[in-house]
Amino acid sequence: MSTTIESIEKQIGDNPILLYMKGSPQLPQCGFSAQTVQAVMSCGERFAFVNILDNPDIRAELPKYANWPTFPQLWINGELVGGCDIVVEMYQSGELEPLIKQAAQAAATDSE
Amino acid sequence: MSIQTQIDTKLTTLAPLMVEVVNESHMHSVPANSETHFKVTLVSERFAGLMRVKRHQLLYALLKEELEGPVHALALHLYTPVEWTARGGEIPDSPNCLGGGKSDGKH
Repeated sequence: MSTTIESIEKQIGDNPILLYMKGSPQLPQCGFSAQTVQAVMSCGERFAFVNILDNPDIRAELPKYANWPTFPQLWINGELVGGCDIVVEMYQSGELEPLIKQAAQAAATDSE
Repeated sequence: MSIQTQIDTKLTTLAPLMVEVVNESHMHSVPANSETHFKVTLVSERFAGLMRVKRHQLLYALLKEELEGPVHALALHLYTPVEWTARGGEIPDSPNCLGGGKSDGKH
């Protein structure tokens, strides 16, 4: 059986664009998660998500692993990009879309 | 000492040119006069050359005790003086609550 940290590392490693959030993209359960998922979705690429309300182990362990105490958390190419404030600021400044497009493109090339 | 004052006091170590700590708990489903949801806007030369994630982690480390205790959500808007001037000194709004996981852990 894998530990929670191993699951987290696998999720982060396997998914170039990964959002840990409260609720789902269709039904976010928190205003901060809602704003973040909206910014990510408007970049128009497929992304993975984990609903931390359904995964109490990840909810408990990820903040320590990431050195980031709150949710949501956006991870791109294995690195923490940030939470709601950072993602929304990057979206508004036009930095988010190229970052997400690049990650999606690299992943598509890898799997060819 | 209120949590708000405690946060204010701890943030002075960053030598802020501008700091605003707003209690936004009333925007969420918590009892009146709660101190659970805060927004901090802070301008400091210390952020120069630091990526956004690192700036936030600096604040999270300073406010570790509060985040492990009563504080449930902490919105952070952190700028260098140059970035702050470029923004025209505008403070971003926080989103409204959607009610998820209201009584248990953190955002």
